Amino acid sequence: MARAVSQQRKIINTVLAWAVGLLIFFPILWTILTSFKTEATAIADPPVFLFFDWTLENYTVVQERSDYMRFLWNSVIIAGGSTLLGIVIAVPAAWSMAFVPSKRTKDILLWMLSTKMLPAVGVLYPIYLIFIQMGLLDTRIGLTVVLMLINLPIIVWMLYTYFKEIPGEILEAARMDGAGLREEILYVLTPMAIPGIASTVLLNIILAWNEAFWTLNLTAAKAAPLTAFIASYSSPEGLFYAKLSAASTMAIAPILILGWFSQKQLVRGLTFGAVK
Amino acid sequence: MKLRPSLCVASALAIAASSTAYAETTTLTIATVNNGDMIRMQGLTDDFTAQNPDIALEWVTLEENVLRQRVTQDIATKGGQFDVMTIGTYEVPIWGAQDWLVSLNDLPAEWDADDILPAIRGGLTVDGELYAAPFYGESSMVMYRTDLMEAAGLEMPDAPTWEFIGQAAEAMTDKDNEVYGICLRGKAGWGENMAFLTAMSNSFGARWFDESWTPQFDSEAWANTLNTYMNLMTNYGPPGASTNGFNENLSLFQQGKCGMWIDATVAASFVTNPDDSTVADKVGFALAPDNGLGKRGNWLWAWSLAIPAGSDATDAAKKFVAWATSKEYTALVAENEGWANVPPGTRTSLYENPAYTEAASFAEMTLGSINSADPTAPTVDPVPYTGVQFVAIPEFAGIATQVGQEMSAALAGQQTVEEALAKAQSITAEEMEAAGY
Repeated sequence: MARAVSQQRKIINTVLAWAVGLLIFFPILWTILTSFKTEATAIADPPVFLFFDWTLENYTVVQERSDYMRFLWNSVIIAGGSTLLGIVIAVPAAWSMAFVPSKRTKDILLWMLSTKMLPAVGVLYPIYLIFIQMGLLDTRIGLTVVLMLINLPIIVWMLYTYFKEIPGEILEAARMDGAGLREEILYVLTPMAIPGIASTVLLNIILAWNEAFWTLNLTAAKAAPLTAFIASYSSPEGLFYAKLSAASTMAIAPILILGWFSQKQLVRGLTFGAVK
Repeated sequence: MKLRPSLCVASALAIAASSTAYAETTTLTIATVNNGDMIRMQGLTDDFTAQNPDIALEWVTLEENVLRQRVTQDIATKGGQFDVMTIGTYEVPIWGAQDWLVSLNDLPAEWDADDILPAIRGGLTVDGELYAAPFYGESSMVMYRTDLMEAAGLEMPDAPTWEFIGQAAEAMTDKDNEVYGICLRGKAGWGENMAFLTAMSNSFGARWFDESWTPQFDSEAWANTLNTYMNLMTNYGPPGASTNGFNENLSLFQQGKCGMWIDATVAASFVTNPDDSTVADKVGFALAPDNGLGKRGNWLWAWSLAIPAGSDATDAAKKFVAWATSKEYTALVAENEGWANVPPGTRTSLYENPAYTEAASFAEMTLGSINSADPTAPTVDPVPYTGVQFVAIPEFAGIATQVGQEMSAALAGQQTVEEALAKAQSITAEEMEAAGY
């Protein structure tokens, strides 16, 4: 009997998980489907789901009108660069907070996180003016630094949580064996925290890839990433949904593929330490 | 491996030559909106770069509201990110008066400034200085279903009254078959419902401010405007109209669900395009309605190219602006894409061209609509501001967006017309007082 109940629960859980998964994925699916419709079909009422004349015309138009590879390359540099820079700064910071905590460590962590509560537009003009003064407007380096700073609290928090799960005794043993601070972090801590670091890296890449406020406000032609590429297909006067969907699909495709292939690491990292 | 001296010298010369050539190329960064005419221009710029090999062009295409915020931010902080900006008739008088834009009075004689339609030119000129060159102009007009009008036994006059619009809306409404007599903007925003309502209010003799900048929402003319609008929309409009903007109404009209639609003249080419519209061959056009007071309910807008004062490539930018807004550019579009696709509403010569008037069935109505709008005297009584569907002061966008939310709430049934107007009056009075008027 207990076995039957367990089986029933398993089925319910599976159905529920699929339902939630499909619900979350539906907007992306709808975007992808719309990208293969004509503009007239895209706004049809009632909406058409699968049975329409599929067309690649929107992709052709988007390819002709925009230099997709330039936007993609900027996204790769900015998302990758800000993540790398963030990890380089966050690993030592998280190490010190996890293994050499002070009285104020918890307060500092909370304060770091509280900076995420400030609406971005509140600091737009100061940062814009600093960028003008430093000649950083519309540069990849400027945007890399800003996105790194924005995501740094999350990176530190995540790494801190992972590092806390690693027994301090192991690091102590390494120290007794003569390992210096560098060796301790590089050869002992980092290999043990690889799943956590990997999921932090992946999450940060996704956050930086999707960031649309700073990337739209601090770039023009040279450093504009894929978010600016999508924004260029929206229009208050005229039909644009199908072309916008094609641009969106092209913009999210790389990160979707990356997420798909790394989902194992991502899930493992995010649940790291959750089950003992 | 040793390199020959002659090869080294030749390489050095080649590098020097190429770097000299590179140094002489001026790159213009152009901020523009995503609409058909602008996108078409981007595709035809080879003509410009062939004539000006020393000028390279870089485009930043953004959605209208994002573009407005980006260029305002850039010009106010002297960011210098853009050499040419696409701006509207709302920004030009304000930015021109602040000396944020470069005067275009010295564009070459062959550009022919006198050919620009007077209403458009007037909206882009401050104290005799032309601060932007119009790329395309638009007004608003009535687009209607000829088949439904015929079935209702009515004939749309070229210049209808609001009373006739009400009668026609009632006659064409067939809610059981999802056909609504009239579709109008209801979505809140200074460029959304307030553009329509401000233009409509002009035909009722209403105004935003009297000559001493006192808000006028407590006037009978505003009450008449809003009551007429509510009557039309609640009785004969589509459901959920308080969230409908241009695109939503365009979609409804193209699917045959609107008997009439009063909106931008640029929509004419969309609703008559058989690829997108199910009613392409059943659309007629008329001037925006009036009330017999001498003013029609149509607006005036022009997307124009301007050069920010912070640009370090002013001469190259002027060359580009002159090219993109010239008669030669119009001919270039006609040659490549046909006369129906040339940017409308800026030059008198275009409307004197039989090839154009023949290809664009809406040409005459567009010109009539533009000519009937006067940004310097938008309504019946005198006003201290310029602008037909807006008030050309920096505070207007913020105030009108708040007022638009009150009007939209009234349309959604959340408050009465009287309450909406009372709130509009107090919001406007408060904001104007804070601004020092």
